[in-house]
Amino acid sequence: MVKLTINGKAHEVDVEPDTPLLWVIRDNIGLTGTKYACGIAQCGACTVHVDGQPVRSCAFAVSDAADKQITTIEGLATNGTLHKVQQAWIDNDVPQCGYCQSGMIMAVAALLKEKPKPTDADIDKAITNICRCGTYQQVRAGIHAAAANA
Amino acid sequence: MNFMPKMNRRDFVVGAAAGSLTLGMRIPFDAAEAADGAPEVNAWVVIKPDETVVVRIARSEMGQGTLTGLAQLVTEELECDWSKVTYEFPTPGENVARKRVWGDFFTAGSQGIRSSNEFVRKGGAAARMMLIEAAASEWKVPAGECTAQNGTITHAASGKKTTFGAVAAAAGKLEPPTEVKLKDPKDWKVIGQGKKRLDTPIKVNGEAKYGIDTQVPGMLYAAIKACPVTGGKLASFDAGKVEGRKGVKKIVKVEDNAVAVIADSWWRAKTALDALPITWDEGENAKVSSASIAAWLKEGLDADTALVGNKTGDAKAALASAAKKVEAVYAYPYQHHVTMEPQNATARYTDDKCEVWTSTQNGEAALALVSETSGLPIAKCEVYKTFLGGGFGRRSTSHDYVKQAVLVAKQMPGTPIKLLWSREEDMTHGWYHPVTQCKLTAGFDENKNLTALHIRISGQSILATVAPARMQEGRDPATFSGFYPGGAEAAFGYDVANVLVDHSMRNPHIHPGFWRGVNINHNAIYLECFMDELAKEMGVDALEFRRKIMAKHPKHLAVLNAAAEKGGWGTPAPAGHFRGLAQHMGFGSYVAACAEVSVQGKNVKIHRIVGVTDPGYAVNPAQIERQIAGSFVYGLTGLFLGGNTVKDGRIEQENFDTYDMMRIAQMPKVDAYVMPSQGGVWGGVGEPTICVAAPAVLNAIAAATNTRYRTFPLRDHGLTLV
Repeated sequence: MVKLTINGKAHEVDVEPDTPLLWVIRDNIGLTGTKYACGIAQCGACTVHVDGQPVRSCAFAVSDAADKQITTIEGLATNGTLHKVQQAWIDNDVPQCGYCQSGMIMAVAALLKEKPKPTDADIDKAITNICRCGTYQQVRAGIHAAAANA
Repeated sequence: MNFMPKMNRRDFVVGAAAGSLTLGMRIPFDAAEAADGAPEVNAWVVIKPDETVVVRIARSEMGQGTLTGLAQLVTEELECDWSKVTYEFPTPGENVARKRVWGDFFTAGSQGIRSSNEFVRKGGAAARMMLIEAAASEWKVPAGECTAQNGTITHAASGKKTTFGAVAAAAGKLEPPTEVKLKDPKDWKVIGQGKKRLDTPIKVNGEAKYGIDTQVPGMLYAAIKACPVTGGKLASFDAGKVEGRKGVKKIVKVEDNAVAVIADSWWRAKTALDALPITWDEGENAKVSSASIAAWLKEGLDADTALVGNKTGDAKAALASAAKKVEAVYAYPYQHHVTMEPQNATARYTDDKCEVWTSTQNGEAALALVSETSGLPIAKCEVYKTFLGGGFGRRSTSHDYVKQAVLVAKQMPGTPIKLLWSREEDMTHGWYHPVTQCKLTAGFDENKNLTALHIRISGQSILATVAPARMQEGRDPATFSGFYPGGAEAAFGYDVANVLVDHSMRNPHIHPGFWRGVNINHNAIYLECFMDELAKEMGVDALEFRRKIMAKHPKHLAVLNAAAEKGGWGTPAPAGHFRGLAQHMGFGSYVAACAEVSVQGKNVKIHRIVGVTDPGYAVNPAQIERQIAGSFVYGLTGLFLGGNTVKDGRIEQENFDTYDMMRIAQMPKVDAYVMPSQGGVWGGVGEPTICVAAPAVLNAIAAATNTRYRTFPLRDHGLTLV
């Protein structure tokens, strides 16, 4: 049994300790906003926050998340108010198929926490998530819009 | 009125596979009750008492924005309030039960809006007429004296007003109109506007459901491995080695080439499958390699006979007597679709019903396959469509994952089972962009006029494998996309007196598929790079060289001129920057690009790329701009990073560590221009621009380095996109 706190709610799950956090979030907890795409921490579709840090949950053992605060895309808004990255994504019509965008938004939210006004170079370095639809131009615009909304 | 949505050959192919699917005449405006009990005005439109307008969307939404565009088409004619518009996806089973009231579900070939715009708009117009009629009847005034705007119906003479929501129930009981007139394009208020996508809010909070997110009570999970060599078989597996593992429920054979583990979580199923000893009978195809395929295709470049796609004049004779000949050989590799959402389907089978939840570009084809695989009639089958985590053609004609899911579920009747491919399974069992080589030969007269062009394509036919019924006397017409002598789909854009485009068909065992953009991707590289080679050979500017032979192709020329102008062609580039052009036609649209690059050693930086599209009518320019930008990413990823290779009969690349995708740092600045020339043309926008991305950049690289790359991906030449 592993004890987890996800989006402020306590859970106890019966899984092998080396199970990737992604699959616990999706299949055991039932929060499907966090996506599987590669399983080897290459694409970032599965990005969640563990104690505020962005983590690629497909290659992150659930046991390493025990007793830590996990935030998924479903928990990013606070009291019904969208996170400024989510709002910027709506304002800039960023997603296309949207599949990678949960991870993209979580990665960007973590970047803005560390660097509230990132330069393009900061973005290039920090945001390495794959978007196969190629919405990168809108992602960049969205990041700057969110940063401007301090 | 009666009308029949246009049926193309593809429908009949689907219909044939579907067996009992009804193809043919129908009146698409009959009303029934919506899923939540709200009355329909007609099949396309449900209006709730709170004025919410639910537009039914038959096509699949995979990121291309069709959902929003189709809703705009309905809204335009319905005259409802756009801010009240929402949507739902009818199921393929409902479509069959209602005599295909929503027409075709097929969402590929950039057809989402192109082939349904008319009947979708008529659906909206008919609903408006019925709403007006209901109000007029209540007021006892002639319907012709009433108008509708923004969801409100007005009778000007009496000053009476009501809303759509107030009369929707009464409207739904009326006979549908027999004559439906559509607006003149000059009166459009919603079509042509860059409306925000309707599906964005649920794509930023995790709410949007893709096939992989399906949750059905009592559901189990399955992981699967099929023989890594296409055409090979499953020889044996040792179930005893993993049967006792925690959570593992069953190990099952699937068809003659795959084995699946069913467990209480996907991770347990996947890890058990990884531990399962499996022996494959790989068969003869295991001897095939990229080198053996390339050698076979190379023979085709000079084969005596070939299938002819375009014959104008006598190219061979003209070449024989040419004052100067120029020749070049190019090749384009296999490319995997890489939908970010790996293939998956959830199936529940009982003796009386088979249901599937999945991401599909063709719900009806999936339904037909569910029926065929389950052995149950269509009426006892259903497919529930979700959002797609990318489609790109992978989920259009090949529903192998749906078939597998049904076959797995059949081995555990009553239990819903979600079958999910690992990324590795997905990458190695794709339906790849076809592999081809191309020899281009040009002839010039003494006055440096291009008098002859022979384009010999050697390689794989998609249709021969995927849709043999669409072959034309042994010829695959799709092979010649962009080289057709005329027509509204993908016509050749140059005026050369003697042209021969022919195809030496060579079909290796690796499955080919419709990869976003399909054959124009490589055809445009071959032709547009060669055009630059010819211009250079003749010492003429690449734009001027093209212009001289484009006078009879004004739409091709218009986008090329626009791309050149917006890209600064003919003006000094920043120090170290070089430009390249390309133009092509595909899916009814004319596209052109102008790329600006610099090359430092082996590092290529694309500073800017201009994309111009003339799709005829532009339903949502803002979304078209996004499709242009995304298309550049798709085409350039294939050019620099993609390229699947074959070793021992199998695809070598298994995941993003060996098959990388462009990231934001490599993204050039894209300036997109939409130039709708209207004129009754509804061109596609999800695919065409991909094909000009690579040749524009290749031509710029050639200008920068004086090196012409003719085989791809560029990583094979040590070039890195930075």
